[in-house]
Amino acid sequence: MKIALFATCIVDAMFPRTAKATVTVLERLGHQVVFPAGQACCGQMHINSGYFDDALPVVANHVAAFSHGDYDVAVAPSASCVASVKHQQPMIARHCGDAALENRANAVGAKTYELSQLLVDVLGITDAAAQLGSYFPHTVTYHPSCHGMRLLRLGDRQLDLLRTVAGIDLRNLAEPDQCCGFGGTFSMKNADVSSAMLEDKVATIEASGAELCTGGDASCLLHIGGGLSRKGSGTATLHFAEILASTMAAPVSVSGEVEQLTGRGRS
Amino acid sequence: MSQVSLGMPKIASYGSGNLFATEPFPQAAHRELANTQLRANLGHATRTIREKRIGVVSELPDWEELREAGSVLKQQVMADLPRLLVQLEENVTRRGGTVHWARDAQEANEIVTGLIRAEGATEVVKVKSMATQETGLNEYLEEQGIAAYETDLAELIVQLGHDKPSHILVPAIHKNRTEIRDIFLAGMAGVDPELTDDPRQLAMAARTHLRRKFLTAKVAVSGANFAIADSGTLAVVESEGNGRMCLTLPETLITVMGIEKLVPTFQDLEVFMALLPRSSTGERMNPYTSLWTGVTEGDGPQNFHLVLLDNGRTAALADEMGRSALHCIRCSACMNVCPVYERTGGHAYGSTYPGPIGAILSPLMTGIEAEENNSLPYASSLCGACFDACPVKINIPEILVHLRGKDVDAQHAKRKLPSQMDVGMTVAKVALSSGRNLGLAEKGLPLGKLAAGPDRLIKRLPGLAGGWTQSRDIPAPPAQSFRDWWKKEHVPTADTAAGTGENA
Repeated sequence: MKIALFATCIVDAMFPRTAKATVTVLERLGHQVVFPAGQACCGQMHINSGYFDDALPVVANHVAAFSHGDYDVAVAPSASCVASVKHQQPMIARHCGDAALENRANAVGAKTYELSQLLVDVLGITDAAAQLGSYFPHTVTYHPSCHGMRLLRLGDRQLDLLRTVAGIDLRNLAEPDQCCGFGGTFSMKNADVSSAMLEDKVATIEASGAELCTGGDASCLLHIGGGLSRKGSGTATLHFAEILASTMAAPVSVSGEVEQLTGRGRS
Repeated sequence: MSQVSLGMPKIASYGSGNLFATEPFPQAAHRELANTQLRANLGHATRTIREKRIGVVSELPDWEELREAGSVLKQQVMADLPRLLVQLEENVTRRGGTVHWARDAQEANEIVTGLIRAEGATEVVKVKSMATQETGLNEYLEEQGIAAYETDLAELIVQLGHDKPSHILVPAIHKNRTEIRDIFLAGMAGVDPELTDDPRQLAMAARTHLRRKFLTAKVAVSGANFAIADSGTLAVVESEGNGRMCLTLPETLITVMGIEKLVPTFQDLEVFMALLPRSSTGERMNPYTSLWTGVTEGDGPQNFHLVLLDNGRTAALADEMGRSALHCIRCSACMNVCPVYERTGGHAYGSTYPGPIGAILSPLMTGIEAEENNSLPYASSLCGACFDACPVKINIPEILVHLRGKDVDAQHAKRKLPSQMDVGMTVAKVALSSGRNLGLAEKGLPLGKLAAGPDRLIKRLPGLAGGWTQSRDIPAPPAQSFRDWWKKEHVPTADTAAGTGENA
């Protein structure tokens, strides 16, 4: 299968290792990954902040980048960005009166999958250790992001994949369905409320006793990781794609780059 | 949900009364967050109701179908509102009631005052009612020399404490029992000075106080949960029985009801009676449901007045994206699942309607430009819990985003200089609207690395971004973006198809 990677702007710029891990996993399964070079961002930040007119060129760019590509399906390691591609992009096109763009946005949206959706629903992965060779000998807790749960209805897809990783020690997270408080520009415009939400999320993560918190959205993980780092916590965050990409022969390091990325171990 | 053009009102008539935030939400939230007692009470209470709700909702195999039915029924009501309202008026009138129409809060208050005066009364008993809180009826009556006594226990606590409700279903959620005892001792005439904070003692004191009022009041004022157009029947749903007393004992009953409370037929009520108690108190059925149609000779109030209140509802109706906010049946499920509400409480929202529904309903009813209501649509992380909990499927997150869009347009129309957010969004637009531009912007990543310093963390940023760094670090960016790595270093593994994978 020819799979177009939508890296998402935040992963592209801040967490390239998450996109590399996505490529690794898909290539390991024998699929060809392509990277439409025109891609940038889904437009969610502009849309959720109310800047619909400014969102239009961002949306149009994404639709163009993924419209004339020769690929079977597109994938992104982010539930939030996929939800934006599927639901918000057609809405913005409609809002701005561009029916042709709306149709093309719907077509792109229909071909776009979040990583666990693609792995489970399309590629039939039920056992990460057996089918992907995933091996990750660490204690991990899992935060399901809001947009994965409620906009894409991912259910337990990500967690089920993690459960089948060899060597992993998954710890329960209390009140997993509670938002971490990120919410894009909400985290700045309503910084006090956002911080109060994050404080509780960080507390449940620490109480889980895990050395890492994983999830499917780099933005939520950036937020949670930022809070853990500020607190001087020993827990770091890591995208689940990187856990799936980790093998016994090529284990993902959790002491080097992860530490640098999240400030783990610093106080 | 399909958007159907319904030929809705073109001229918006905005609401007045208690629908306004008087300070920006972040400022109000900052203050409320500092109240640790409030946060503990709210956290405990919302968590408890949340779990009860999930329990009783999961018992019903057809819950999703019920939600869909509730949503569709309300869509039909909104599409056919003028006809249904006239039908309601005809049926209420035929059964001996009188219908009054109020454009806004002031008109409603004046009508109610006139009706009370016509009965020669100087005091009224009240059933918990959102509509009269919205119009500020109690304060208005007080100015007119009429005493209004709230008879719902929590509303009584709030009223005696000269306070404001912080939750639409449990208005005194922010008070603990010791505070309640103190309020009773200070404000309840004839109360036992030895009163303790034992819940039973508190309830008995309230009961004694209220019974005197029920037996002496000539006029009662209520709201309504539903009105059935094809029969003219009104419905009040409650837990304590105080409503039943008010609706049956006095000679005159005045009901103030928002025009969106209609259901077309008696049969339609079934859907809402299954949805409402489960969503609000987490009960299969509420203890008291009172239904009445006009006046029945020799039984109950002999004068019945229905005041139909617009107060900005037609303005909400005229908003194609926002009008489904009028489907709200005031269950409060959205508040109980909202992580923002759980931490700030209801007072931070200013308006009678707090929480997620308030964040859309208040600005829809007043217009986004009114006072500080433009800060309300931003009081959400868009986590979506409210939409999932809503028994009539109001897509609150989508309407929040829609209202943010209206606010940005309104701000741009009146502002000469761009705001900090405007500048940021314009820069981001350029960077994020082509792969080439983003690639160029990413060339600056090493600068961020430099800014992060030796500990590889950014701990303090200026301006708006300072909101982020007040509680969160930012890791130093990587030396190379994914895009750059892909172009320069990616080598497909041997067993995948040939080609560079580039397809610009």
